[in-house]
Amino acid sequence: MRDGLGVGIAVGLSGLAFGAAAIAAGLNIAQASALSLLTFSGASQFALVGAVGAGGNLAVGVAGALLLGGRNTLYGLRLADLLRVRGARSVVVAQGVIDETTAVATAQPDREAARAGFVATFASIYVTWNLATLVGALGAARLGDPATFGLDAVVPAAFLALLWPRLRANASDRWIAVLAAGVAIAATPFLPSGVPVLLAAAVALGGALR
Amino acid sequence: MTLWFAVLATGIGCYALKYAGLAVPPQVLDRPRVRRYAELVPAALLSALVAVQAAASGQSLVVDVPRLAGLGAAVVALLLRAPFLAVLLVAAAVAAGLRAIGLG
Repeated sequence: MRDGLGVGIAVGLSGLAFGAAAIAAGLNIAQASALSLLTFSGASQFALVGAVGAGGNLAVGVAGALLLGGRNTLYGLRLADLLRVRGARSVVVAQGVIDETTAVATAQPDREAARAGFVATFASIYVTWNLATLVGALGAARLGDPATFGLDAVVPAAFLALLWPRLRANASDRWIAVLAAGVAIAATPFLPSGVPVLLAAAVALGGALR
Repeated sequence: MTLWFAVLATGIGCYALKYAGLAVPPQVLDRPRVRRYAELVPAALLSALVAVQAAASGQSLVVDVPRLAGLGAAVVALLLRAPFLAVLLVAAAVAAGLRAIGLG
């Protein structure tokens, strides 16, 4: 429970960076807020905002965001068994199926603690993330040129921080990561913005089928 | 496609993906290829996003010293096990600081 609240507030505050990055990319305040309220999954949100900022095709940006969102489906599969929610409740619970809630819930010793941890993490991140998005967006809208404040470095740093635990955890992720980065860089001059990132996902498919 | 449509499609699509996980029979995960692909895709996508966001500007590759230095500072922060928000702040501060003194 306490784990959940601590994680929630710390992670939620990075919504400040998301809100600011969204405005820098060209979204308005309402669009940044709607994205946080509806999507509620940092990596997917940064992926769409990154594509918008790079001036790429929006459909490609949405595809990248959805591919990243696909990992939440797996978390849902694991949590379905752990939380045992049914009917109308699962409509609400579904929105809370993200990296951090899954990490907290699966780390608990029993089902009751898992439920309490999930609820505490979900509630605290949802509130903090959305308020922080709004504050970050309002702040950035007044600041002017985002590069002056180093916001162009924030988006790659956010992706790296999300990737980091996977790099630490296992070698096959490290190989795939190096390969995917190489493919994306090599393809950038030849393909429309956003497509090199999807090509990297195809590389992962190759790795999985091997 | 308008920006609003992209925002709504991402939001609704990501919600549907979460809901599907709760609703789908868990046996899907028993297929080793499905599981392996699902484990590898986030690493591939995130890594590609880091690379493109760090070194590309639209369709051209660029060496933007403050941006790369900001990312380098983020690596140091991650090695020191800094929390997520601290990593982002360090990256922004280094990039902004180098620009303020006239680099890039």
